[in-house]
Amino acid sequence: MGTGRVSQTSLRPVGGESSAATRTLPHVPGEPGVWIFLFGDMVVFGVFFATFMYQRAQAPELFDASRHTLSIGIGLTNTLVLLTSSLFVVTAVRAIRLSQRGAAQLMLAGALVCALIFIGLKAIEYTAKVAAGHVPTENDFYLYFFILTGLHLFHLLIGVAVLILLLTQARRSHLSATRIALVEGGACFWHLVDLLWIILFALLYLVS
Amino acid sequence: MTFSLWRARSTAVWLVLVVVTLVSFALGADHGVGSSVAVVLLGLALIKVRYVGLDFMELRTAPVMLRALFEAYCITLWVVLAGMYLWL
Repeated sequence: MGTGRVSQTSLRPVGGESSAATRTLPHVPGEPGVWIFLFGDMVVFGVFFATFMYQRAQAPELFDASRHTLSIGIGLTNTLVLLTSSLFVVTAVRAIRLSQRGAAQLMLAGALVCALIFIGLKAIEYTAKVAAGHVPTENDFYLYFFILTGLHLFHLLIGVAVLILLLTQARRSHLSATRIALVEGGACFWHLVDLLWIILFALLYLVS
Repeated sequence: MTFSLWRARSTAVWLVLVVVTLVSFALGADHGVGSSVAVVLLGLALIKVRYVGLDFMELRTAPVMLRALFEAYCITLWVVLAGMYLWL
């Protein structure tokens, strides 16, 4: 990376420490272009959420009855699992900036385990719903349930590839400014997967 | 692994988000259709999203415009979804 190759610790202060010495100028996490993609994705999902609410208003009792057939325990567990994965990722980014490579790799591995738990629980949930006859063609609620959670799962699978990429970066002894931006952008994508699920959990599992 | 890595605001935020998730679960388990509890649940979800943005995505230290866009998204989505729930 030529002249861009600098020590990780010289790039940014450690997040979470509040002394005046660690404060810096505003910093865009990742590349600015990443945020165009992230906001674009958030807006697209926002439209899907609004569409779901519109369809729900056409048959509120049907949607509520269908909601009660969901495995809310799995939805809750998956929410907690993704929140925990986000904590692993944000702490891993901090470890990378401090050149604590071992800790960063361990935390990213923890995030990957969380992702696998989410996928496993989602597979169990899908299998149970289909076995009980709750398929996309059953009604509008289940049509949207499978579309929305399926799209989210697709994002999560991309997120797994991103986590693996971050793991490879965490193994490097030094990272250029470009690679640090790559790490931050990848981490933000993973947090996007988390925040979309937070809304989906409320919308599908909790709201009557 | 350095224990000090966990001594950060993001860890405290994670704990709060877990507690809010459990509270939302308790609130949402059994409320009727059209209940204002749903509006509160959506509000709690968007507040959680806000903190994921500020403390996990590190928008708290981002340029004001980027942070404002994110916060505007959270508020707009809550207003739209809650409005659709109440008035459609």
